Amino acid sequence: MLRLEGITKTYGAFTALDCVSLEVPDGAVFGLLGPNGAGKTSLIRIITRIAMRDSGTVLFDGRPMTDADVARIGYLPEERGLYKKMKVGEQAVYLAQLKGMSKQEARLRSIAWFERWDMSGWWGKKVEELSKGMAQKVQFITTVLHGPKLLILDEPFSGFDPINADLVRTEILRLRDEGTTVMLSTHNMGSVEQLCDHIALIDRSHKVLDGRVRDIQRAYGTNIYRVTFSGQLIGFTHALWTGAELLDHTVEDERIEARVRLMQGTSVNDLLTAVMPHVRIHGVREEVPTMHEVFIRAVGGDTPGREAEGPTE
Amino acid sequence: MNKIGLIILREFLSRVRKRSFLIMTLLGPILIAGGITLVIYLSLSSEKEHLVVVIDKAHLFTDKLKGTDKVHFVYQYADMNDSTFRAGPFTEMVEANEAILENNTLQVFYKELPGISVQRTVQSEMERVLEREKLRVNHVDPETYAHIKTALNVQLFDIDNTGKESLEQEKAGIGFFFGYLIFIFIFMYGVQVMRGVMEEKQNRIVEVLISSVKPFQLMMGKIVGIALVGLTQFLLWIVLSTTLISAGSALLLKDKFDPKEVSGPMMTQQLQQQLAENSASAPASDDIKLVRALGDINITATLAMFVFYFLAGYLLYSSLFAAVGSAVDSETDTQQFMFPVTIPMILAIFIAQMAVTNPSSPMVFWGSIIPFTSPVVMMVRVAMGNAFTSPFDLVLSMSLLIGAFVLTTWLAGRIYRTGILMYGKKVSWKELGKWVFYKG
Repeated sequence: MLRLEGITKTYGAFTALDCVSLEVPDGAVFGLLGPNGAGKTSLIRIITRIAMRDSGTVLFDGRPMTDADVARIGYLPEERGLYKKMKVGEQAVYLAQLKGMSKQEARLRSIAWFERWDMSGWWGKKVEELSKGMAQKVQFITTVLHGPKLLILDEPFSGFDPINADLVRTEILRLRDEGTTVMLSTHNMGSVEQLCDHIALIDRSHKVLDGRVRDIQRAYGTNIYRVTFSGQLIGFTHALWTGAELLDHTVEDERIEARVRLMQGTSVNDLLTAVMPHVRIHGVREEVPTMHEVFIRAVGGDTPGREAEGPTE
Repeated sequence: MNKIGLIILREFLSRVRKRSFLIMTLLGPILIAGGITLVIYLSLSSEKEHLVVVIDKAHLFTDKLKGTDKVHFVYQYADMNDSTFRAGPFTEMVEANEAILENNTLQVFYKELPGISVQRTVQSEMERVLEREKLRVNHVDPETYAHIKTALNVQLFDIDNTGKESLEQEKAGIGFFFGYLIFIFIFMYGVQVMRGVMEEKQNRIVEVLISSVKPFQLMMGKIVGIALVGLTQFLLWIVLSTTLISAGSALLLKDKFDPKEVSGPMMTQQLQQQLAENSASAPASDDIKLVRALGDINITATLAMFVFYFLAGYLLYSSLFAAVGSAVDSETDTQQFMFPVTIPMILAIFIAQMAVTNPSSPMVFWGSIIPFTSPVVMMVRVAMGNAFTSPFDLVLSMSLLIGAFVLTTWLAGRIYRTGILMYGKKVSWKELGKWVFYKG
């Protein structure tokens, strides 16, 4: 769908992006992650052709992107904004027309959207009369109204209450199922895990990580397993011997949950075979690193002394 | 419809639909028409009645002063003290003793300062009577004196335009009026462009917009849209004021004035005809001269030039205003950039004023050529007709102006493009310069 090759952007002496390449697969929800000031907004602005790259290529649908392609992009900037004095309905139609839709079609589609989200009563209101959350919903509709092939959402959930955030989440997944490719830039790692198939992580103008979410989590796996059993902890510990190391444990009722790190060369099967004679096993599960942990390790952990700005939400 | 057309339409409609536009459009002509009607009314209906008491101990003036229907003379022969005058019915008190024949000085005491016309009546009547008295004392025949007394009527003729009395001064005045209109228009709507740009930047919609259209399209759409608002407002003002002035004068001055004569184009046409007949012979009074000057200038060409200079001047400045609006975060930050934009405008008015009195000075020549002042200054020369007699100047001025607005629009577009996405930064001149040369 979208391929960036060697994108470089400088503002005077400051390098915002240094030779960033990445690929957004067709029909995926793609997470663009990175600490504040890493260059995400610059990258998005280059894709939306708001800013010009110094070098590199942007391929849209396999061919170099042109100005005409912006009509097939929907962009929700992090800093939301609408004309405060303009009526909601007119504004939605106007913004869709700027994306190249006919007035008639823009009208019909926005009416449909307003009905679906139960907002028909807002049509003739001015934006300044709406609450912040309401305005956010209007803004989301104006972003997707023209049926873009590529949807770029910068912090789409900020400013929404949990109910509306769920509404937006459902809508994003629905759009993806209908064939829209979604690029999501967010600090909310929870929603990355929920929504994203792929991610790329940018830090200090460089791409440091990209790939499928599951692959990345596995790569950052710590080989820690949680084993729940009943029986003697002492017996369990002895049985581990040199194959694994007990990190800590919790006791609840008669059950013990132990966190165990497997040593090199030990498999889960080996672990189970070793402890089975001593305790009654109820369950075992791998401790997958959260995206939050992946983020911190990729960005902050390996560069001590630099203050990594963690997730804000 | 293409995108720039959509933007123009939105900018136009959103402003025209505003209540403030409606109010301004209605209020403007009411103020203009009201003002003009009031002036006409006041000048025609004279002030309240004046009772002038003349303390005429020497019996010089008694029964010789001719009053008017508003000014009446009463004579007394004994001194009147201040409190008696204050308490009495008289509005002015004139003390005239025999010394007046020698020192030519008259003292007038008043309760409320009398208007110029009353002062003139008193003065001219007293002068007339005194002259008579002096003629009698000196044994001069009044007829001889009338023959001696000389009042020159100076008429100016342009050697290249013989047979016609020169009306340069009046024409220059009309040109200055047009120039002044251009000045007001550029300012009023230029600031609106700046505000519009700042509004889009402040409420952050600009990033959404320029993900759909080019910054340059957005800027030009706004500039053109607001220009149309301005033209619409002017047109409505002209139509409404003309209607109101004729209606107003018809109502107020029914018995004194034929309203047809006051309403714009009719007046000029009729008067023009009348004046054409006696223009060479009779000396004209100042206001009639102005009307004649209006008839004498090339109206079509002047109006065409007005529209040109007004649009080109507006385009030149409004793009700069747009650049200023894009570079700042709030209205208070605009001042440092507004200053250099405003200075040439003020200078233009200054030079235009100079052009009225001294149209051939080099300052005026350069002012009418240099793009930043030419829209205002050249209008004076156009109205005077000397722009048409030296077409090279006019063509040079027009082409420079077009060139300049292309250049400033380009320059402003570069600043605008970067500025609208720049927040929380106090921008310096150096910074603006850098933006112009950013790639892309």
